[in-house]
Amino acid sequence: MSAITRPVLNKKQVEMNHLLHEAPREKHFITGAQAMAEAVKRANVDMAIAYPITPQSEVMHLVGDVFAQGHIKEYYRAEEELGTMSAIAGASRAGIRLFTATSGPGLLRGLEAIVSWPGHRVPAVLGILTRVVNAPLSIQPDNIEMAYMMHCGAVMLHAENQQDTFDFTLAAFAIAEKVDVYIPVAVATEGFFVTHAKGYVNMMSEDLVYKEFDPVASPVPAMDNETPPARIQRDAPVQKSNFMSYLIHSVWQQEIWDSNSRAMKYIYEYLGGPIEVQNPGSDVMILASGCAAAQAREAHRYAQEDGLSVGFVKVRAIRPFPRDEIREALKTAKTVIVPEHNIIGWLCTEVKAAIPNGGIVHEGPRVFGGMTLPVELIMFEIYEALGIEHKMKL
Amino acid sequence: MAENKKRERYNIRISGLGGQGVVTTAHILGATMDNAGKYASLVPFFGSEKRMAPVEAYVRASSDPIYEVGEVVYPDIILIYHSQVVTHGKSYTMPFYTGLKPNSLIIINTDYDVLTEEDEKVLNDLNTTVVQFDATKLAKKIAGTELATNMAMMGMLLGLTKLVTTKHIEAAVRERFLGNSFVASGGTATLDSAIEKKFKKKEQLLTANMDVINQTFKMADSVDISGSELIVRFDV
Repeated sequence: MSAITRPVLNKKQVEMNHLLHEAPREKHFITGAQAMAEAVKRANVDMAIAYPITPQSEVMHLVGDVFAQGHIKEYYRAEEELGTMSAIAGASRAGIRLFTATSGPGLLRGLEAIVSWPGHRVPAVLGILTRVVNAPLSIQPDNIEMAYMMHCGAVMLHAENQQDTFDFTLAAFAIAEKVDVYIPVAVATEGFFVTHAKGYVNMMSEDLVYKEFDPVASPVPAMDNETPPARIQRDAPVQKSNFMSYLIHSVWQQEIWDSNSRAMKYIYEYLGGPIEVQNPGSDVMILASGCAAAQAREAHRYAQEDGLSVGFVKVRAIRPFPRDEIREALKTAKTVIVPEHNIIGWLCTEVKAAIPNGGIVHEGPRVFGGMTLPVELIMFEIYEALGIEHKMKL
Repeated sequence: MAENKKRERYNIRISGLGGQGVVTTAHILGATMDNAGKYASLVPFFGSEKRMAPVEAYVRASSDPIYEVGEVVYPDIILIYHSQVVTHGKSYTMPFYTGLKPNSLIIINTDYDVLTEEDEKVLNDLNTTVVQFDATKLAKKIAGTELATNMAMMGMLLGLTKLVTTKHIEAAVRERFLGNSFVASGGTATLDSAIEKKFKKKEQLLTANMDVINQTFKMADSVDISGSELIVRFDV
């Protein structure tokens, strides 16, 4: 029924481990938006649905190109984000692999539907290209929206750069569809700083593709709409009795968060673990996720050149939160600096709660409204923490 | 911080007016570093995208991979493409040297002494070197068009810092104007076609641009800016 004819591609289907770890890769210089679309191209996606919003629009435009080239079976622009995210939930009942992406206000508009995905066992992949959500309006990459996503049960990965965006997005499909996980995976990265900036990305051939979605292996049976089941949850739990409603809700939600925890082993398998640690045992540890990790990595390099006792922790997984790993990485630290791109410091709060001596966690530095997080701000905190005299005027 | 280390690293802020080739300079600088086997990251500012509106672009250039992203808030090098950036009060960063690090370099395109006494005091305290010359006049004189102003500014920067050779620059300029991998904004595409009409063949455009760059390299070679006065002036 499609008005345009698209080429039929004959690609070699492989396991995710082969795709990520064994297939030879070539270096490309591309934007983060291109990296995400390139991952979708290799993920054997059945259907993508989206509504455009800056800075996500670049990604979904490119995914549209990927559809036109024949790498995706279906693609359409929904009416807005609540419609988009509801359609993703509906489409997943047919037993297919799904991708969508959004940004800032679009994420919040779609959140009502998104937070129901885990409970309805929708194994879709959601790209979050961060953008300011609060007033005054801005299109810049503040990542406070991620705080709103953290409590729905979805797995959340936070990409530092273009390479992460590619690898995380690809791995997300495999993680989401594991029988013992089977909940959505969100891959977040900063708008503009990553989506619209070019970086080096090592990619495998596009002739390789992740093996197709297997609805028979799904723990949630696909719905056959030709012969609809006689009874599709005829009564919602709330209609049965309060007691049944409490019971069903607790069973579902506990199972979602258990599934979330079970995703951790696949984060190890595909991404080498939920955190990266450099110079463990240093007096000052800089801990960051996403783009702030790129700035922290740079500050860590400056500190090494100055011979300072400074280490670096990058957090790849926000959900499940790597509590044990972070505890271990920070166990001898005297000060922990957590640079962030939002005003509330959601990562800072998580880290404080994860370790027994939360008092060593420094509030910030933070930038707001999507402004650049200068490496100098992190250096300033390092010098202050180590009691080193400096002449930095910020 | 790490000023004394051997690692070459420059955080460059370029300020000018729309149409002067600020963003184009950032792209060519990035490609030049890449050609030289070094690293660069650029953040073109997509503001109003119209002629004469203030524009800023940012380039990080290094001998090593670059991790950090975003606008350059604390630059080592500032390029000012028009004296209005200093005087107008409507530019993105005011005063123009906000965030400048000690021992840094400023290159200003101007035909008169544009810094106030107060500016000079601040910059003296920071041990800055200001290189001041009429890049637009040089561009007109050598290439026959003011649209080569950005080449003069970039040439002076690369001549003074010796980050790359003219061979690397030529390859980058060739790719920008004669290649087909560059996607320009609407305004930039208009200017591209204007300058292409000016030269019968694109090769002539390349030669004119390279003549401007070679001339600024010569000028840069003629002075030793270390330990010089605050302002180094070139007659064009």
